[in-house]
Amino acid sequence: MKILVCIKQVPDSNKVEVDPVTGVLKRNGVESKMNPYDLYAIETALRIREEMGGSITVMTMGPGQAAGVIREAFAMGADEGVLISDRKFGGADVLATSYTLSQGIKLLGDFDLILCGKQTTDGDTAQVGPEVSECLGIPSVSNVCKIIELKQDAITVEMDMTHDIEIAKVQFPCLLCVDKDIFMPRLPSFLKKQATKDREIRVISLEQLEDKDEKHYGLNGSPTQVQRIFPPESNAHREQWSGSGTELGKRLYQTLLDLKFV
Amino acid sequence: MAKLVINQKLVGNIDELISICPFGAMENKNGELAINAACKMCKLCVKKGPKGAVEYVEEETAAIDKSLWKGIAVYVDHIDGAIHPVTYELIGKAKELAAKINHPVYAIMMGSKIKEESKELLHYPVYKVFLYDNKELDRFKIEPYTAVLEDFVKKQMPTAILMGATPVGRQLAPRLAARVKTGLTADCTILDINENTDLVQIRPAFGGNIMAQILTPNHRPQMATVRYKVMDAPRRSTDISGEIIECEIEQEKLASKIEVLDIIAKEKEQFIEAAEVLVVAGRGVKKEEDLALLKELADLLGGSLACTRPIMEAGWMEAKCQVGLSGRTVRPKLIITAGVSGSVQFAAGMNNSEHIIAINKDENAPIFKTAHYGLVGDLYEIIPELISQIKAGKGQWDNLPTNA
Ligand SMILES: Cc1cc2nc3c(=O)[nH]c(=O)nc-3n(C[C@H](O)[C@H](O)[C@H](O)COP(=O)(O)OP(=O)(O)OC[C@H]3O[C@@H](n4cnc5c(N)ncnc54)[C@H](O)[C@@H]3O)c2cc1C
Ligand SMILES: Nc1ncnc2c1ncn2[C@@H]1O[C@H](COP(=O)(O)O)[C@@H](O)[C@H]1O
Repeated sequence: MKILVCIKQVPDSNKVEVDPVTGVLKRNGVESKMNPYDLYAIETALRIREEMGGSITVMTMGPGQAAGVIREAFAMGADEGVLISDRKFGGADVLATSYTLSQGIKLLGDFDLILCGKQTTDGDTAQVGPEVSECLGIPSVSNVCKIIELKQDAITVEMDMTHDIEIAKVQFPCLLCVDKDIFMPRLPSFLKKQATKDREIRVISLEQLEDKDEKHYGLNGSPTQVQRIFPPESNAHREQWSGSGTELGKRLYQTLLDLKFV
Repeated sequence: MAKLVINQKLVGNIDELISICPFGAMENKNGELAINAACKMCKLCVKKGPKGAVEYVEEETAAIDKSLWKGIAVYVDHIDGAIHPVTYELIGKAKELAAKINHPVYAIMMGSKIKEESKELLHYPVYKVFLYDNKELDRFKIEPYTAVLEDFVKKQMPTAILMGATPVGRQLAPRLAARVKTGLTADCTILDINENTDLVQIRPAFGGNIMAQILTPNHRPQMATVRYKVMDAPRRSTDISGEIIECEIEQEKLASKIEVLDIIAKEKEQFIEAAEVLVVAGRGVKKEEDLALLKELADLLGGSLACTRPIMEAGWMEAKCQVGLSGRTVRPKLIITAGVSGSVQFAAGMNNSEHIIAINKDENAPIFKTAHYGLVGDLYEIIPELISQIKAGKGQWDNLPTNA
């Protein structure tokens, strides 16, 4: 079984703020880490390999330092790593990101199963997985919370639909976006980290892709454009009360009475 | 085609320019400024850097003819004909947007044996309901559902499509966007429309710490998903208007490599999204047993108990009870937070609630920026008092003669 996992490097913290005057992002350090949701996708791949045999390739699109997350995946047990990196990929929205990933995947050859995380903590759209599957023309299932059966030609999974659980059998090749909690991700192993520290990471740039048209990548290939960013507004009307607990309790009761909640 | 061009002579202090980039995409390469693959094209270096140092150079791309695309369409999310209420919220928004540009509102509904149920949409009302009723569409499967939406887009050419950010919408919308090669903005919290039919999409980014305003200026249809309870639902009218148009699609487009074997209803449970009144427990609650106090208040108000992330992480309450960005978005009529600091991630999931009351000991807690009524005090004093007041009040009513 050939498995590919899409992983992404994200900022370590979401503590960014916009300076309300200048509109500039204030960044408090740019430490990065693996998108936490992708750990579940890697763990799922490892479990499937344990059962079915085969190999796991992890792929990320990002700047050079994104290779860090590939090393982390190696330390968890992934076999191969691919970094898709080119300045021309900068400013990519969901469509351009998905298209670039799918071009990279096509270059690597046929996979039986592609796994994505539920969402990223920076882009936070949960859209890249389904768009990659469309670009590859294969079926996809999101919100996968459990694997029920694994066969040579198909996988049966549970899809969490909020009010019910749908049990779906999907033929390979296919793409699954796995939910958090499908499996508990293992910790990277120090021994594996040591053993893989010299393992080569394949780097793919635009020239190697089948479609070399710059218009399809990065900012140029992105239909959506960010016009401006601004801080979230806080509520206009507000009252602040202080007093003893008893006073406040009574006053709150009166307010709930006025608002017709009691 | 657009790119950033660096004029090394105008850069001045390289390190200063490097520090402007929030993505660490600029580096000093042997004394020259270089842009690397981390660039997100946010253009801050162009705007905030020394004049002319970094230039944004754009080549004209052929503009599409926007007048060919007409109508705002809403995808009707349903299970066996039971329409998800986010659909009505989106119809309400679509009508507001459509009125500004004088476009019609469409609904698109697909499924099997849903003709009767689709009539409900005419009470809201929409101009036209495009109905695809086919036994292959019985259950959500990504390929046939995408094929139907593609068919609809090609034939009706709507300028925008709004979809609920439900488990189905979150899979179907991106699949369609990639098929028709257009932009899709996830989880919009504000939508507006420009005269030239450009949809103004506003969504939280960076975990809700900032808001981003996004346009899809040269692609149609424009696509956006919106979470349940973010927009206002319009009133259901007893009259009906509009028409249902039954559509056909080629059988071969409905094939799927997915087989739905079974659907298991989850245990019926009170979802916090459905509650009209919520009491939220934050880390100000000292012990698991103390949750009973808040639960009692919630029960007296006919509502449910919810929590912040630390309470969920402590294992005191289930993940589905957590409010916030990584939890559920709620929009009750009344929300009372107790011992909640009011982080942006929390507030992002509840700041659309109608009445927000916050109890916190710390007068500087950020929750007071979100709350309509902020009570600076100890929840362990205020809530027992409130409970006894409510109980006493209820008693009064109960004791009234029945003819009063
Ligand atoms: C990507 C990301 C996503 C996140 N998503 C969510 C999310 O979805 N939901 C969420 O809740 N959090 C989320 N968080 C975590 C969030 O940042 C906060 O850590 C969390 O909301 C804090 O919870 P709290 O208010 O209960 O606790 P605290 O911040 O510890 O606040 C406790 C408050 O209780 C007050 N207090 C203490 N004792 C009393 C008393 N006796 N009476 C009255 N007041 C008292 C204190 O003054 C304090 O303000 C997320 C974080 C990240 C990075
Ligand atoms: N740049 C990227 N490189 C590799 N995989 C990605 C990238 N961006 C997103 N993904 C994958 O798509 C999933 C959803 O991302 P998003 O749509 O950004 O929330 C992630 O969990 C990853 O599996």
